[in-house]
Amino acid sequence: MRTAVSTLTLLRPRTLSQALRLLADEEPPVPLAGATDLYVALNAGTLEGSRFLDLWSLGPLRRITMRGGTLSIGALATYTALRKSRHVRRHLPMLSAAAREVGGLQIQNRGTLGGNVANGSPAGDTLPVLAAAEAVVVLRSRAGERRVPFGAYYTGYRESVRRPDELIVAIEVPPVEGVQWFRKVGTRAAQAISKVVMAGVRGPAPRLALGSVAPTVVRLPRTEAALARGDLEAGARALAEEIHPIDDVRSTADYRRGVAVNLLRRFWADTDPATRR
Amino acid sequence: MRFLLNGVEVTPEAPPMARLLDVLREQCGLTGTKEGCGEGECGACTVLIDGEAVCSCLVPAAQVEGAEVTTIEGLGDDHPLAHAFMDEVGAQCGICTPGMILTATTLGPRPSLARIREGLAGNLCRCTGYEAIYRAVRKAT
Repeated sequence: MRTAVSTLTLLRPRTLSQALRLLADEEPPVPLAGATDLYVALNAGTLEGSRFLDLWSLGPLRRITMRGGTLSIGALATYTALRKSRHVRRHLPMLSAAAREVGGLQIQNRGTLGGNVANGSPAGDTLPVLAAAEAVVVLRSRAGERRVPFGAYYTGYRESVRRPDELIVAIEVPPVEGVQWFRKVGTRAAQAISKVVMAGVRGPAPRLALGSVAPTVVRLPRTEAALARGDLEAGARALAEEIHPIDDVRSTADYRRGVAVNLLRRFWADTDPATRR
Repeated sequence: MRFLLNGVEVTPEAPPMARLLDVLREQCGLTGTKEGCGEGECGACTVLIDGEAVCSCLVPAAQVEGAEVTTIEGLGDDHPLAHAFMDEVGAQCGICTPGMILTATTLGPRPSLARIREGLAGNLCRCTGYEAIYRAVRKAT
């Protein structure tokens, strides 16, 4: 391990309001929950910051509830909790599917939805789901709470509108109309970071979101418009223009472009109302 | 810090951000837990926290305060899974074995082959090709 852990501080608030008070500090600590991303950097010696804020024991942030038609998922809900939740299975099955393919059991027991959003990797498995579901990120600080539409949350590669004094406390998902679909393409089913990851909703207005094909997760408005007209071929052409994949350690831009179009066709075939029972 | 380790209360002294893996091996002297990749990919360092399998290389030691931690030593010398791994030759070099066995204990009674394969997907083995491991888990659970 390439980090001297004795030099690091871990603040351990007992309540959310204590956590928010600590975050309001001039030099705010780095929030940490299941630590599944953070400790990879710790091991590699690339961890930024020396003061951390342990959120793991803030139980109220683990709740998954339905209010009216809105699914509210506490930021500390683990992938295991998402897989087990009846609310998630019923209202957002594409999130159950995504949670099932994150890491292995060990990672699913520790990794959290809030952490996936906060980490903001373009390859984050749940992010296309939240984009396609038009979820809302609930941010809280000592000054109050605000709700940011998921489509407006990221401003660039691993950058977001979250201020350093704010904490992601929940993700809210309004009712999603249509058939939900999720597919991750990686080197193997478990423990692999995606080469391309796609979530789609086939309803009155089809929605599509992709990860690992641009600096942030992306929605594809022109592709969606073509699909809304029932024109899959125009959709495939638009998709190729709407994504901006790169060559990196996991894949190549060409491969990703090809796979993204294949996934679009698969999504459209799998969700075809004529063939679905 | 204070937690239950294999049923016994322990109070090791460690920095709060120390990896649970290192505290178990160095402060507690239990070297059955192995370090593989050190980044949550291989599952060799799997232990149970309050009954859930986790990679101990990714857990800040402070987070097990008050929790119950089970390592391979906690299963004792006569565990059915350990015997089945020996009988079926589910272990070769042995580095992945403690993690495999601990994860297998969380799969519930009589798991299907599909459940075993998915459940053990976070535990990598570079020797056996997995088939003997799956046979051992089927035999003992």
